[in-house]
Amino acid sequence: MVRLGTGDRIMIVFIYTFLILLGFSTFYPFWNGLVISFNQGTDTSMGGITFWPREFTFENYAVVFKDERLMRGFVISVLRTIAGTIGAILCTAIFAYGMSKADLIGKKYYMIMCIITMYFGGGLIPTFFLIRGLGLVNTFWVYIIPGLISVWNMIIFRTFFRGLPAGLEESAKMDGCGNWGTFFRIVIPLSGPVIATLSLFTAIAHWNDWFAPSIYVSNENLLPIQTILRQILDSNIVSEQTANLDSFAQSKLNAMKSVTSRSLTMATMMVATIPIICVYPFVQKYFVKGVLVGSLKE
Amino acid sequence: MAQVSLENEHLPKSKEKPLIKRFFQQIDIQLMVLPALAFIFVFNYIPMYGVIMAFQEYDIFKGYFDSPWVGLKQFELFFQDPAFFNVMRNTLVISLLKFCIGFPAPIILALMLNEVNRMFFKRVIQTVSYLPHFLSWVIVAGFVISLLSTESGSVNILLESLNLIDEPINFLSIPEYFWGILITTNVWKEIGFGSIVYLAAIAGIDPHLYEAASMDGASRFRQIYLITLPCIMPVVSIFMILAIGNLLNAGFEDILLLAKNPIIRPVSDVIDTFVYRVGLQDYRYSYGAAVGLFKSIIGVILLTIANTVARRSGNSLW
Repeated sequence: MVRLGTGDRIMIVFIYTFLILLGFSTFYPFWNGLVISFNQGTDTSMGGITFWPREFTFENYAVVFKDERLMRGFVISVLRTIAGTIGAILCTAIFAYGMSKADLIGKKYYMIMCIITMYFGGGLIPTFFLIRGLGLVNTFWVYIIPGLISVWNMIIFRTFFRGLPAGLEESAKMDGCGNWGTFFRIVIPLSGPVIATLSLFTAIAHWNDWFAPSIYVSNENLLPIQTILRQILDSNIVSEQTANLDSFAQSKLNAMKSVTSRSLTMATMMVATIPIICVYPFVQKYFVKGVLVGSLKE
Repeated sequence: MAQVSLENEHLPKSKEKPLIKRFFQQIDIQLMVLPALAFIFVFNYIPMYGVIMAFQEYDIFKGYFDSPWVGLKQFELFFQDPAFFNVMRNTLVISLLKFCIGFPAPIILALMLNEVNRMFFKRVIQTVSYLPHFLSWVIVAGFVISLLSTESGSVNILLESLNLIDEPINFLSIPEYFWGILITTNVWKEIGFGSIVYLAAIAGIDPHLYEAASMDGASRFRQIYLITLPCIMPVVSIFMILAIGNLLNAGFEDILLLAKNPIIRPVSDVIDTFVYRVGLQDYRYSYGAAVGLFKSIIGVILLTIANTVARRSGNSLW
């Protein structure tokens, strides 16, 4: 190890201090949110809740899990994430496999058609009228269909497919496999890493989407949890949320008068965040890879 | 492998067949591509055509074909709109602030992480700082609102315990604080994730360069300045072009969620939120579409300029 000069030592101390502060400032909002969600609402409003709950309680979560609207939103979110991801990855991969063929007629024009969409778009209002015109408003399909093809992901897939050893496909063709057969039996099984990475990003985009539902869906029963959460953050009226409870839950709630809108919001936020935090450690290696695949493309 | 493809006889022969015949010979591949292209046509090109409503007084019952044409009236309306000055200023200021602070921040973080020798510490910081990128803006805004809350918000608790303030401050309804809060939140969300690319670029630098430099007595700081930074410059410039092309995207979801209080609208309203408000909340569809079109035209111009500059320096996107 080379001996460090004074200037370097100051720099190292500064770097460690800065990184510790950064780590803390990232971690703290989660922790504080968790603490508030487990603290009695009336007690929280008296102030001073930081690192540890003062009056520990499960009441906030009890209300959240009793709220049918929130639970339905959670199920909708899970369903759209699964269906949307599988659909988008499958459709985009098929598209990319076709585009990866060197002898595809019209390849150049098809590619130009794709690239243009990456730089120009109709914008919010014309897209809104398209979705409306297609009759997708207020259906579950509005979550799935508009995201089926992603030009960006197609290009990443295509780059990956081109890197696959040509011999494997050739030998599959010799054995009488058509292009579709080759795709499903040879190419897909070989594409594990890229599929995992792109699925991860697609799934997260689906889980986090709150804006599209807020403009395309007015049917309360179809809203995903993020959009409901947004409404809660906007209204911040506890009675509005409790009004959705059935009578049994209402009577239970009367026994827990301590729940406030703040504590309830926090508990809801935790319910919407925890799925991501749970899968996060397992997928970290994939998204690091994914970012690099995406940037290599340029 | 080249031999195998040569033996595949139909390939060289098919060149002489007419286009239609060759097309039907590879119909299975075409069927993989054409449905997706039809999809792209519907979902990307029809809205582009729909932009013509910016030159109409769009009537929801008449559609694109029967709505009356009004020429550039919607654009004139926007330029004369009392909100025009604020919207343009906020868009420019917020996006410039995001660019000037949000763009170098991940680079600096990557340089700092690279100086850390304790692998466990480095991994923990990386893992923690990547996480906010994966949270929706709803969640992030929820955290910000909670931390800045007057009712047991941690920032107010901290400031009070330091005796810096006597009364809790309602930060999100004071216009002066909004840009700061917005930029901080954005940096907080993206700094870790943005650093991944630069860390990878740094990892690709030849370690001999550092050995030689330290032999010559260069300090760690000088090594960063003279070796690391120049070596990652190509990556930095590519990302800078992308960032410049995005300059007019001052943000949408973050502003929509954080600027709940109408009091701060004079500093929070940007083109995208303006389009949303007039177009989808006030139902002035053509007006919204015109403002959106105005923005995409400037965006394309910016991207072209950025790319021209980059091409001269040898780092082109196209």
